[in-house]
Amino acid sequence: MARRDVAIVATAQRPNEVGSTLTSVELILPVINDVIAKVGIERQKIGFWCHGSCDYMSGQPFSFVAAVDAIGAWPPIVESHVEGDGALALYEAWVKIQTGECDVALVFSNGKTTSGPIDRILNLQADPYMVTPLWPGFDSLAALQARACLDAGVLSEADMAEVAARSYRDALNNPIAYAKENVTAEQLLARPYTTAPLRAHDCGVPVDGANAIILAAGDAARSLAERPAWIRGIDHRIDTQRLGARSMTESSSAAIAAAKAGVGDDRIDIAELHAPYTHQEILLRRAMNLGEGTHVNPSGGALVSNPAMAAGLARFAEAAESVFSGSADRVLAHCTSGPMLQQNLVCVMEGE
Amino acid sequence: MSEADGIMRLRQPISVTYNWSAGPNATSHLNGLLDGTLVGKRCPGCSLVYFPPRNGVCPKCARILGDDVVVGPRGTITTFCVVNVPFLGQKIKLPYVAAQILLDGADISMQHLIQECEASDVRIGMRVEPVWKDRSEWGPSLENIAHFRPTGEPDRDMGVEAGAS
Repeated sequence: MARRDVAIVATAQRPNEVGSTLTSVELILPVINDVIAKVGIERQKIGFWCHGSCDYMSGQPFSFVAAVDAIGAWPPIVESHVEGDGALALYEAWVKIQTGECDVALVFSNGKTTSGPIDRILNLQADPYMVTPLWPGFDSLAALQARACLDAGVLSEADMAEVAARSYRDALNNPIAYAKENVTAEQLLARPYTTAPLRAHDCGVPVDGANAIILAAGDAARSLAERPAWIRGIDHRIDTQRLGARSMTESSSAAIAAAKAGVGDDRIDIAELHAPYTHQEILLRRAMNLGEGTHVNPSGGALVSNPAMAAGLARFAEAAESVFSGSADRVLAHCTSGPMLQQNLVCVMEGE
Repeated sequence: MSEADGIMRLRQPISVTYNWSAGPNATSHLNGLLDGTLVGKRCPGCSLVYFPPRNGVCPKCARILGDDVVVGPRGTITTFCVVNVPFLGQKIKLPYVAAQILLDGADISMQHLIQECEASDVRIGMRVEPVWKDRSEWGPSLENIAHFRPTGEPDRDMGVEAGAS
């Protein structure tokens, strides 16, 4: 079956914040209305709605069902939910469009990351038999990975600080980024460890956020956007959940996903990598073979604002916006999920 | 840990503490319950009055709800269920009735308990009123209402005869 051409035609993100007193539904509703207003489409023309979020973050089973209230689900709609990042919901929506069942889909995600101890909550995404009962904390798991990389000489603490300094400086130009600072790697290296060998700047800042994206196929995409961000390749790969059976110093699933998505077929202008930890950005750049010509995370990335379950879809939004504006022609969007880069979704988009 | 059968077992209770927020749009509803007032919210789009105000949004219009509207306290039973089956943690004497109650002035029903009458007397259209717990037990919760009981007013015509035919 021939693959349908599918593009991102609009995005909306709310400013990232800490300690939001809104409910998840109140967080989502304005961004859904924003993204619909941007393309001026009638709700009934949206053939599929797909939501990414995590019930553990709200401490309520089936809390995602309430999110349907934010959609305006009358007359009845076709919708689905992914217990994970919104970028994984985008992948489901892309598949749905490939089946021919719809031409336009709306994807949204939300994360009230600061309403609970996210470092502990995310443990529930780990292997439930061997890892979760130990409650290692995601920062600690990432620290083990960083330590393995440092010991193997794959990267240095200075390399990690460079990633953070660039991200914090780039975030100065991003109005919705939460953490931003004109800072150098040397200054960051003088700061104390939080979870050695990680310092505060090595870990993404947990924030509350929500975002929404509209996907459309072929002519529908051309009618909704001046310069759609066409999805040329998209692939999702998963490393084993057995942490001891994985290489800590590389990301094989990211490498496979990038190859399958066609990352190496041509230059990449901008790569929005979902790296919640500095050393993970370095591992991802390496796995995807991204060189000097690629600007990584001009938005500041997940390091400066990490709304869990929305940070991956935010990368898709940022990458697509750079195609809309014409500032880039060929871009990469990436989402990770699970401990230590367990899952990796890679997408290549192009303008026409 | 049991080593009798050679299998290692680890018991690891888990707990996570959350800062739960009701959200600005449901706050007037919860504050109302603190002083015994039933506060719903009107959708600025379709004008329907929601009690309780869900998550502060109208699921039909996808709009943030608008004005506060005081509803009830009396209401009408729109449908009900007679509970005959005992279950773990049962607090109420069987049989009892769980009913959907449409408070006067509201457009969606809420579920509550019907007491102070025989379960067999409960019917669709029956008028009911809340019986509040002692004020010392009140919190920002619909549990401030112990149950609803019949008012003795004539039934409201809910159009069930037409619907059942």
